[in-house]
Amino acid sequence: MYPRPFEYVLPSGLDDALDALDANPGAKVLAGGMSLLPMMKMRLLSPEMVVDIGRIAGLDQITDNGDSISIGALVTHSEVAASGLVGEHGAALATAASWTGDRQVRNRGTCCGSMVHADVAADQPAAALALGATMVAASSSGTREIAAADFFVDTLMSALEPNEILTEIRIPKVGAGTGSAYDKLGRRGGHTDYAVAGVAVSVTRSNGSVSAATVAVTGVGNRPVLVGEVADALVGSDGSDAAVEAAAAQATCGIEVLEDLYGSVDYKTHLAQVFAARAVKAALASAA
Amino acid sequence: MKVSMSVNGRQVSGEAEPRTLLVHFLRESLGLTGTHVGCESSYCGACTISLDGKAVLSCTMLAAQADGADITTVEGLAQDGELHPVQEGFWERHGLQCGFCTPGMIMSAVTLLEENPEPSEEEIRRGIEGNLCRCTGYHNIVQAIEYAGARMRGEEPAPAEWENA
Repeated sequence: MYPRPFEYVLPSGLDDALDALDANPGAKVLAGGMSLLPMMKMRLLSPEMVVDIGRIAGLDQITDNGDSISIGALVTHSEVAASGLVGEHGAALATAASWTGDRQVRNRGTCCGSMVHADVAADQPAAALALGATMVAASSSGTREIAAADFFVDTLMSALEPNEILTEIRIPKVGAGTGSAYDKLGRRGGHTDYAVAGVAVSVTRSNGSVSAATVAVTGVGNRPVLVGEVADALVGSDGSDAAVEAAAAQATCGIEVLEDLYGSVDYKTHLAQVFAARAVKAALASAA
Repeated sequence: MKVSMSVNGRQVSGEAEPRTLLVHFLRESLGLTGTHVGCESSYCGACTISLDGKAVLSCTMLAAQADGADITTVEGLAQDGELHPVQEGFWERHGLQCGFCTPGMIMSAVTLLEENPEPSEEEIRRGIEGNLCRCTGYHNIVQAIEYAGARMRGEEPAPAEWENA
């Protein structure tokens, strides 16, 4: 299967890449290509131009900004999974990256690419939501920051404009008492393949109770979303198993759960509750 | 457009369309048909090669993206008529039946053992999660990779299961 013919542009700098996007509204950005190329091969997508950002210097780094960490546009899932910095401040994202695709996909696919592709069942967008990540989008008119909570708009649709490139994901650093986790059921069982249901959680404990929580659910609806009801039920509780399970029972509040090949509405609702409880317990354990 | 890369230790270059996939460049321009085209949708792993030391899917990558890369395909493993320990393991432990998945499975195993010279059975199974085999049930493939790992560490491989029976 070949993609349809396209013009291939290999900019050496970000400005050249952004100029190419401005000049060609039908252009698509190629980084790892693990989502874009299969879509082009299946001819679900036939862009007139492909702008390969794979050789732009400086985009392949995970950097420490002091109060946050940045994951550049070319950082692969493997690199996110293995990063000590991501593990320390965003364990949910490191775990989600380690369960994305398979080993070959993780070696090429990028964390930023997973965000902009915005698959309904992708792992890492849920982690970005739970960690309160900020998406940094560059265009020829400058950069803008988009909160993860505003980034995932609909199925396969992010808030990124066609002339923008997601150059980095910024994750706030966390201190003692805060922990995060991600858990899911994969379509091929265990943690393998896209999430039938997946839940990412960040929690903070202080003085014996839960003082802050964010919970994001992926796989069950039309996009990954924050579920405030679970977080609200956790905050102020003692974090006991009973409190966690009561909170997790609300895992699909506000979500229109969609039936698909992998499960009925009832089954996916149940899974979201089970994995919400597991992820909250794991996050609480790491926050202790 | 012209693309150049190192394939199995040899510097090669050739003409490719922008849409030419790396697997087609390897098979059709270079005649290296050991790398197989399987599912074409990045699920089966039959097209797996080593690119700069990492297992990647050559069917889900443009030849242009591999410009300047250092590639090893299954043809590059045997040296001076001696099979690579992973190839020997697949032979000794019956790690294949129809053979279609084998080149990708072997390249996946080679890169896995380079990254982790002493993987547990679980790590081996996880390491080949991106390679589908519809014949063997994977059991003998795992045994083959354990055999190869032992050989590469300079150890004597455990006897085949059927020798203990």
